Amino acid sequence: MHVPADYYLRILPELVLTATAVLIMLIEGGARLGSRAALSGTVALIGTAAALASVAVQSAHRGEAFSGMFRVDGFSLFFHGLIIAATLIVLLLSIGYLRAQRLQRGEFYALLLFATVGMCLMAGSVELIMVFIGLEISSICSYALCGFWRASARSSEAALKYLLLGSFATAFFLYGIALTYGASGSTNLYVIARSLSDVLAGHGSLILVAAALMFVGLAFKVSAAPFQVWTPDVYEGAPVAVTAFMSAGPKAATFAVFLRIFYVALGRYSHTWFWMIWVAAILSMCLGNLGALRQTNMKRMLAYSSIAHAGYVLVAFAALGEHGISAAMFYLACYVAMNLGAFAVISNLAQQNERFIDLHDYAGLGFRFPLQSVCLTICMLSLIGIPLTGGFLGKLFIFKAAFQNHLVGLAIVGLLNSALAAYYYLRVIAFLYMRPATVEVSQPQRSLSMNVAMVACAVGVLWLGIAPNSLLNFVVHSAGALTGR
Amino acid sequence: MNSQPNYMANYLPILIQLGLALGLSGGILALSWLLGLHRRTRRKLAAYECGVEPVGDAQNRFAVRFYLVAIIFILFDIETVFLIPWAVVFRSLKLFGFFEMLVYMAIVLAGFFYIWRKGVLDWNTPERAE
Amino acid sequence: MIPLSYYLILSVLLFCLGVAGFLLKTDVISIFISIELMLNGVNLSFVAFSHFLKQINGNIFVFFVMVVAAAEAAVGLAIIVSVVRNRHTLSIDKISLMRD
Repeated sequence: MHVPADYYLRILPELVLTATAVLIMLIEGGARLGSRAALSGTVALIGTAAALASVAVQSAHRGEAFSGMFRVDGFSLFFHGLIIAATLIVLLLSIGYLRAQRLQRGEFYALLLFATVGMCLMAGSVELIMVFIGLEISSICSYALCGFWRASARSSEAALKYLLLGSFATAFFLYGIALTYGASGSTNLYVIARSLSDVLAGHGSLILVAAALMFVGLAFKVSAAPFQVWTPDVYEGAPVAVTAFMSAGPKAATFAVFLRIFYVALGRYSHTWFWMIWVAAILSMCLGNLGALRQTNMKRMLAYSSIAHAGYVLVAFAALGEHGISAAMFYLACYVAMNLGAFAVISNLAQQNERFIDLHDYAGLGFRFPLQSVCLTICMLSLIGIPLTGGFLGKLFIFKAAFQNHLVGLAIVGLLNSALAAYYYLRVIAFLYMRPATVEVSQPQRSLSMNVAMVACAVGVLWLGIAPNSLLNFVVHSAGALTGR
Repeated sequence: MNSQPNYMANYLPILIQLGLALGLSGGILALSWLLGLHRRTRRKLAAYECGVEPVGDAQNRFAVRFYLVAIIFILFDIETVFLIPWAVVFRSLKLFGFFEMLVYMAIVLAGFFYIWRKGVLDWNTPERAE
Repeated sequence: MIPLSYYLILSVLLFCLGVAGFLLKTDVISIFISIELMLNGVNLSFVAFSHFLKQINGNIFVFFVMVVAAAEAAVGLAIIVSVVRNRHTLSIDKISLMRD
């Protein structure tokens, strides 16, 4: 069997990440009792940076690899870049965070990198079984990461809830794959699309059931309502660095799979699955924002907010066609930047045993910790959707796409929700700058890597809001690659 | 469905096999019980090489180490399942398949190295306090 | 020859039993077993489809699903052990600390 070298170049980021993660396991194995977390952290950073660089190599070798299981096109390149960049930020903030929590164990980095490998596979594979394996690699690592703070009852409870509900949802996804395989005789998305266009109406109902089952599994992973119940508890219980990780990369990767399966393989049935997306979008936006209003725990608040943001992306999803896809991709990039920035600040201020995690702890911090406060403010403004930030442009494109496709009702619900959401984001800024301090918050430890993470996210949010042209062009082109036009 | 009786006849060899197996094992047990001596000492009534020392009742707690070893056993046991399809198509995959499998084994071995160095396999070391 | 639908009905039944177990049981281990039952229901339909489509693919998928299920079980058991160490219970009703 002849395997061209190009095939390996097309999965170069995955190879680099896997090799780095295995190397970290060997480094940790070398230290029999203790841990060499500092060394492992450095190795992980270098490896992830190398993986990000190898996305450039990947982009020079577009095409399919390994009997059509893996595909390098604009769409997968975009998500590779986004996912690995998110992991880089999470690594930067977790180096400081783990030191503050006295959780320095190199296995954390290995799990993080393995999870990233899984997400990259999800972004690039066009084969349902491969997608399933990628999804499981990333999920299983996330379960372990959630429970990483073993002395904390909340952390292990979060891990247990995520594990049970996550595997439950995965089983639905897998059943959907099995039925698709039965109806079309293949698990390759492009072959499925072809064979479904040949088959007459006979398999229509089977495909519908399959689509619904896959929808359940994927909606769970992106925490879209009505499958969002796990999100607040898991986000609250997991260590902040892990929460940051879960809210960014896996969401982007799952949306990549979501878009690819539904547009490529099931594109012909869009008039039927459209309604599932529509209902989920409305429910997610409303339940997410209404839930967030009542929260004072920062992690829990951002958990509800992430449900709402999944709803906005689903609005773009429901606006069928290239406009919808490109809006969803652009919004995901903005969402990853602003959410990671917010979590970077929270993890910096939390300190040992996550003492300062409540909104009331943030009162009066604005002038005491200017760097943290400015970064948090920029991210909150972007989450609201104030002009000059990425969040504004992202929402603009989403609602434009919705109006263009005559989804006026959906767009209006989305706009009303954005206005509602402004309340709880602005409340954070108001606490920072306008309230007198009530809790004596000690000086957070100085960590260069955390500061880099915060500033990088804030700058990214502003860059996406002010000069998004190059990214927008790329996104529009790659959306075309997905629909095959 | 007029082939129904024929179809059931397929089960006849299985039935015979089942009868033989039951007869043989039951017969041997019965014979040894009939012919053998019965000295019921404490040692003799103890479970034979079955892990947990049967002191007290079954509700007893036993070391978390058992779970750990069980978990690791399951993992390494199931990894070998990939060797079967690989062996079936080995000839057509040629060297490519061979090296891919070497890489796979290397990754599994890296995991093995990790658990070995972390002392999971040392049965006698006392459990470290977390 | 047993028709395909028989296998599929059995697979649906297994899957639904798993779902019911997941929703009704309160013991974490039983819930976990229910999830395995769901996965095995899916495996059955994979094998059945593979047989009736006269392809080998479906059988290979089952291998992958089995390995994934084993990895999930391993991490799951580890998490359950850590929960028991922290909370000294296996009942899902008593574990929950975080509520709205």
